[in-house]
Amino acid sequence: MNMRIPILKLNDTLIVSVQWELDDQTAIQFQEDLLKKMHETSARGVVIDLTPIDFIDSFIAKVLGDVISMSGLMGAKVVITGIQPAVAITLIELGIRLENVLTALDLENGLDKLRKELEA
Amino acid sequence: MGYRSSVDIYTEWDIVAARQLGRNEAKKTGFGTVDQARITTAISELARNIYLYAGKGKIEIERFSENGLYGITIIASDEGPGIPDIRKVMEDGFSTSGGLGAGMPGVKRLMDEFKVHTESGVGTNITITKWLR
Repeated sequence: MNMRIPILKLNDTLIVSVQWELDDQTAIQFQEDLLKKMHETSARGVVIDLTPIDFIDSFIAKVLGDVISMSGLMGAKVVITGIQPAVAITLIELGIRLENVLTALDLENGLDKLRKELEA
Repeated sequence: MGYRSSVDIYTEWDIVAARQLGRNEAKKTGFGTVDQARITTAISELARNIYLYAGKGKIEIERFSENGLYGITIIASDEGPGIPDIRKVMEDGFSTSGGLGAGMPGVKRLMDEFKVHTESGVGTNITITKWLR
């Protein structure tokens, strides 16, 4: 039942679309897969789209926060896109602050934002 | 009372099962997407606490109506070590697992009612309720 999240490469950017509810193992596996792919492809930026995700608990939030910090260590920027209203509300009420995280409304805006960040 | 269902928590997969059951029950009660997310998240946090601290336990979910009001109650119970200092656990930012889990104050904020009963060496029982408005 452990399905891996596909990671696509587009020029120097990796694109990830999380399509189903994340269990702990899948989340941890994704962390590792993304860093490996980044290393293999010398990607400079990553967009993680969470549009289909309808809730994020503290564990998934921690894994996401960690993967962003880890990517930073490897010299890549991460933009999170598609956080739904319900997800934003619950995360803040739960007391989770994803600080210093680049976000955008959707994938298109996310890619734009990443481009600007990488050019800056 | 109402309709009750439950999930035993033994493995990480059971956390997923508990929150899926919770989401379905919340939907059936008539909660909107934001409350569904609140309820699902709260269940996920409580189920993970059972898995992390007690090893095994149970999540029970009950849909109920009382004087024409509808709601959902979740009972998380385990026979684990109990919570040694409940006041401390209810403080924001307190965690014994290295930042894993936003903790009890977060769960309390997501719900309308929050009750905890814990006894050292006996176990912990947490009851949370959300009313349909």
